[in-house]
Amino acid sequence: MLTLVFILKNLSRHKLRNTLTIVGIAMSVLSFGLLRTTVDAWYAGVEASSSTRLITRNSISLIFSLPISYGDRIRGVEGVTRVCQGNWFGGEYIDEKNFFPNFAVEPRTYFELYPEFVLPVDQKEAFLRDRKGCVIGRKLADRFGWKIGDPVTLKGTIYPGDWGFTIRAIYSGRDKSADETQLLFHWDYLNETLRKASPRQADQTGFFIVGIRDAENAAGISRTLDARFANSLAETLTETEKAFQMSFVTMSEAIVSAIQIVSSLVLVIIMAVAANTMAMSARERMGEFAALKALGFGGWYLAMLILGESLAIAAIGCALGCALTFPVAAAFGDAVSQYFPVFQVSGATVLLQVFSALAVGFVAGVVPALRARSVGIAEALRRLG
Amino acid sequence: MTSCPAETTLGSAAPEASRSPVIEVREVSKAYTRGQQTVPVLLGVSFRIEPGEFLALMGPSGSGKSTLLNLIAGIDRVDSGSIMVGGVDITTLDESGLARWRSRSVGFIFQFYNLIPVLTALENVELPLLLSPLSGRQRREHAKAALALVGLADRMDHRPNELSGGQQQRTAIARAIVTDPDILVADEPTGDLDRASAKEILDLMCGLNKSLGKTIVMVTHDPKAAERAHLVRSLEKGVLTDADPRLHS
Repeated sequence: MLTLVFILKNLSRHKLRNTLTIVGIAMSVLSFGLLRTTVDAWYAGVEASSSTRLITRNSISLIFSLPISYGDRIRGVEGVTRVCQGNWFGGEYIDEKNFFPNFAVEPRTYFELYPEFVLPVDQKEAFLRDRKGCVIGRKLADRFGWKIGDPVTLKGTIYPGDWGFTIRAIYSGRDKSADETQLLFHWDYLNETLRKASPRQADQTGFFIVGIRDAENAAGISRTLDARFANSLAETLTETEKAFQMSFVTMSEAIVSAIQIVSSLVLVIIMAVAANTMAMSARERMGEFAALKALGFGGWYLAMLILGESLAIAAIGCALGCALTFPVAAAFGDAVSQYFPVFQVSGATVLLQVFSALAVGFVAGVVPALRARSVGIAEALRRLG
Repeated sequence: MTSCPAETTLGSAAPEASRSPVIEVREVSKAYTRGQQTVPVLLGVSFRIEPGEFLALMGPSGSGKSTLLNLIAGIDRVDSGSIMVGGVDITTLDESGLARWRSRSVGFIFQFYNLIPVLTALENVELPLLLSPLSGRQRREHAKAALALVGLADRMDHRPNELSGGQQQRTAIARAIVTDPDILVADEPTGDLDRASAKEILDLMCGLNKSLGKTIVMVTHDPKAAERAHLVRSLEKGVLTDADPRLHS
């Protein structure tokens, strides 16, 4: 107990220096947590994907479409339960700063394929009845203050013109990882409009979402589907939803890598700062350590005092940093919700923060601890005199 | 100032010649290396200290008296010779053995007190007892008793910077005696104190020598402090310059 008191009281020796070090560690733990959460947010789509959903798209590129007639042929493949066509609509609300994802989808099968998007039955019925109706996520509704019945006009970027919708339903995510920032509307509305305005683009879909009975058959079904459309004008590429989402992350892999490197560098920098604090602290106390050794304390006890102090500084900084991570991440997540629909601090991130801070504390204390351990009593006392 | 009371002086309470010495230094030599130069500090020093004796080591700066004290206290190593303390040849002990021996057998009184500034007087005195098998409560009781013995019962919760120099040195003395060691070693214990405080500390050391029978080895420059010892030995250039008076008595 006295040893613990001793370690904690040692923190009061240089209040300003130790406080600054603690604040430094807290800030680096916070930065590390935010950067890790940003990386997690990048992978949120991957994490939220289902193993029983496949995505079939044009094998050349996502910007090339597929004939809607492929839907029936896909449905005929053994193991396929549902098929839903969808298009990235890419509409803008007022201007591009108000970005949010918006898709034209076949609504009945879409919500069967995505049970994680929960919407009230009456609202769902109202949406299904209204060809120009749309469904929006809870976060999107909160962002623009939209409510049921409000009209929304999107400016088409891929499909020119102003597209008017009426909000008929607001969905909520069943899980925290569900994206609540989307706007979904009837694929038929898009297709019928295109038939009149741009017939060449009609009866084409950007992708099919394919529900399968057994996730273990995903590879086999993918191969079967792609073989079925081989040597056609629009060959397909079918992959799991996870792989499909991952392909988007891979496009920005360099940014993700840079964030990961920066988050590690933050720790290395604070490690150097903490090591400097501990080195100074130990150097100032060599005479004291010599006196303790003279009293009979072994070198390992002194090393434990230094390491304990270093770990205590790191633990306080870590607690502060972790506590700050949640409100700061929430505020940051709100500010960037159009880019990162899911910005949640995960348990794994908190564990990594704790582990990193303790590692910083340990590494920062090791060299001064070893020095204290090997201090020569007579020599240190002579220097003190 | 006069030496410690007559009943504890060399001629009376001090041990008779037949009793075995508590400290026996035999042909001890020690040299330090500075750069490429070897500087001899002690040259074949031999002497002995009887149980309950209060010895003052004097000599000019660099004469080797502090080195000799460090060797007796087991915080430095001899180059040659041997040192028996309480029947143990401490020159044969390894580092951990020596640390264990110091924690049980030696109480240190330093010139600059070397108290831990962040701990209270009570915690400072309790500190050496961490190495004993005593419980926390027992440790605190022992520490309180030691502080009471040095007259600081009312200063237990004060930190060193809230105490005067004399009170800090008394706290250091309480820390030195709390483990009930065989010997007390004091390196210039009054060197950093004013005359009045120095007298208080010397009175206290004499009292410990008398009432608890502690063997004390003190290094000092101060002839007035040396006067309080039973026996004064002088070192010069690493050699004892005077003969042991007991050999002539």
